[in-house]
Amino acid sequence: MAKSSVTSVSVDEITVSRRSLGRIVIVGNPNSGKSTLFNRLTGLHQQTSNYPGATVEKHVGTATVDKIILELIDLPGIFSLGAHSLEERIAVDVILGRMSGTNTPSGILAVVDMTNLYQGLYLLQQLMGLELPMVVALTMSDAADAKGLRVDINALQAKLGGVIVCPVVGTTGQGVNALRQALAELPGSPPSDLPAFWPELNKAVQQVSVQLKGFTHRVEIERALIDGFSESEQDMLDRFRESDNIRLDEARRQLFGDEPPLATEARYRYKWIREVLDEVQQKTPPIYTWIARVHAWVNRPVPGTIGLFVVMAIVFQAVFAWATPMMDAIDTGSKAFGNFLALQVPEGALASLLSDGVVAGVGSVIVFLPQIVILFLFIILLEDSGYLARAAYLMDRAMRSVGLSGQSIIPMISSFACAVPGIMATRVIPNRRDRIATMLAAPFMTCSARLPIYALLIAAFVPAQSIGWLNLQGLVLFGLYLLGIFAGMLTALLLKVTALRGPNPPFALMLPEFRKPNLRTVLMQLVNRIKVFLRRAGTVIFSVAVIVWALAYYPRSGTVELELAEQQTIAEASLVGSSLSAALRQLEHQASADQLAQSWLGRAGQMIEPVFKPLGWDWRISAAVIAGFPAREVVVAVLGTVYAVGNEADEATLAQRLKSATWPDGSAIFTLPMIFGLLIFYAFCLQCAATLAVIHRETNSWRWPVFAWLYMSTIGYLGAFAVFQLGSV
Amino acid sequence: MTLASLQYGQKGIIRSIDTRDPVVQRLMVLGLVEGAELEYLSSAIGGDPLEFRLFDNAISLRKEQAQHFTISLLSDGG
Repeated sequence: MAKSSVTSVSVDEITVSRRSLGRIVIVGNPNSGKSTLFNRLTGLHQQTSNYPGATVEKHVGTATVDKIILELIDLPGIFSLGAHSLEERIAVDVILGRMSGTNTPSGILAVVDMTNLYQGLYLLQQLMGLELPMVVALTMSDAADAKGLRVDINALQAKLGGVIVCPVVGTTGQGVNALRQALAELPGSPPSDLPAFWPELNKAVQQVSVQLKGFTHRVEIERALIDGFSESEQDMLDRFRESDNIRLDEARRQLFGDEPPLATEARYRYKWIREVLDEVQQKTPPIYTWIARVHAWVNRPVPGTIGLFVVMAIVFQAVFAWATPMMDAIDTGSKAFGNFLALQVPEGALASLLSDGVVAGVGSVIVFLPQIVILFLFIILLEDSGYLARAAYLMDRAMRSVGLSGQSIIPMISSFACAVPGIMATRVIPNRRDRIATMLAAPFMTCSARLPIYALLIAAFVPAQSIGWLNLQGLVLFGLYLLGIFAGMLTALLLKVTALRGPNPPFALMLPEFRKPNLRTVLMQLVNRIKVFLRRAGTVIFSVAVIVWALAYYPRSGTVELELAEQQTIAEASLVGSSLSAALRQLEHQASADQLAQSWLGRAGQMIEPVFKPLGWDWRISAAVIAGFPAREVVVAVLGTVYAVGNEADEATLAQRLKSATWPDGSAIFTLPMIFGLLIFYAFCLQCAATLAVIHRETNSWRWPVFAWLYMSTIGYLGAFAVFQLGSV
Repeated sequence: MTLASLQYGQKGIIRSIDTRDPVVQRLMVLGLVEGAELEYLSSAIGGDPLEFRLFDNAISLRKEQAQHFTISLLSDGG
């Protein structure tokens, strides 16, 4: 069907487009299957980068059809060109070529969900106003069939002024080849026509465009008439003169009278859409299956809310239960590798750097890869299946009590994996104040990097006994998760009644139907996340590990080595057999502990010990905490080094060392109040340079990251202080 | 009668809208305009926000905004 329109492109134009590289933007509603289609069209030829000077991820890929290379840009899902949230503003700026570093695209691939033509046609209509070459991909045609929806493609194409419409199924690839062909012929083909749905608006735009200079698109004038200018469009305002504003106001009054322009626009556009739908769409009444009935029941208030908690419980259970065997394997592997390396190089600084610094440091972080993969897998699944939107709906009322809306739930759930993607997910929140409040609450959610220290301390100091059918260790961990959630909510509330005071954010959200996640899309997203994590482990954490190692290794003290040699001679003279080797091992540990105490890290730790002494920490813990500020994952590795267990830093021995650690007077360092204080410190403290960087990027200021760091560190310190002091009385 | 007073399984058609609230305008962009049919599906715990079916898709909004949409009941909704 779609092929019939190919003839409208002249041969000359095809030859031109073969040489030129077309830039095509993919635009569509959220959940319209846009990203699945993008992945299908570009395969692995895609990359994620940032727009220059902007905070926004740019998904760019290439598709090759008959030697024509097309650049495809996947934009965030939007409902209209009236920029409502940051995501929408970004999309609109790219479409209009206003984003710095981009030009006006050479064509548009409009993605419309066949089961949601009603809203899809709204955006499509606005896009047609851009007068650019356009192809429409009609996705989810399989789901439409299942629903009894039939769409007359030819009639729709006629209604859209001849724009090519390609029905596709993104998940199976059906229809994608025809779409590829249509895309190849897109650059240079004639632009879409304006649908004649609102002649008065077109006339007004024309009149205004004669009077005003500085606009490149008629759509820009259309939006200026309807939306006015928001503060974000400052550069547009700058191009504006006072007299221009008066002209716009006049045109606006004539067009809309006293009604809000947006309301009038919606009425006109949907009137046209209903006419189109009446002609092109037929619906056979759906058959109510038992699945639909179960579905309806599950969505009722109480089962829905219980379901949400069950889903979250399953996610966290999976993270801990499934990851353990894989983590053990990685741990064993990395230790064996470290030992192997140590044997290959002569004893000394290099061997120590390789095994204690690089392998132990980076290895201790790679260990958490399985947990992170599982957590991300679940979050991606929840998002892809449309469940996160439902979570937002179910939690709206609870979030309202802290001055936010249900939309803030999505970034917070993501933050259980990692606060960095969580903070980026706040872009869907329209109001800047609510966005920042959510961003500052998100780092309190227990992220995967907090797990190592929690796991270590809980395994070492919480007895593995059961209370009823509940495991005490698991209960403590659960308590720490709750603590994070509580602190985050309280922070949002405090901010919303002080610095970020404002009205409660509104809530209006489409709830996508449950969809079976597409394996391909899920895997691609997961691989992307793993790449980011490994890159981080290979750069940031690697550097930190090397630096911490150097600080703990240098300077070497000659006297300690001399003493060690002396003691060894004495031992060798007086002992034999296994008691000799035990004594020698003991001496070596003692010597490395002494070396550490006089190393730079040891000296720094001793210098700042007075600061942390009120929390019950000795200089070793203080040093580990300081080392953990760039990335909290390294703390376990640093504790392993400073408690002089070196290569044998597996959890059990480190836990043993911690248990037997004492103050000079012989009293235990790791008392219950001190441990709980330390856990609270880790629950609150913002020890993550990446989170600070992303807050800086997303708020475009240093004020908020600095505030977040000071605030979280302060309450971490005060919390640990209070617990230790009260507990030690 | 407003959208907020629909009962489980009932259908209504929007007759008029109080458009002053910007959130209501946003909902109109999403398709809640005069003549649109909505079926009440469910609510979250505590009866707010509400969930409706609009042209085969589910949309959720708060009671506060639902009250700005005046509707008439469709008989086949029962």
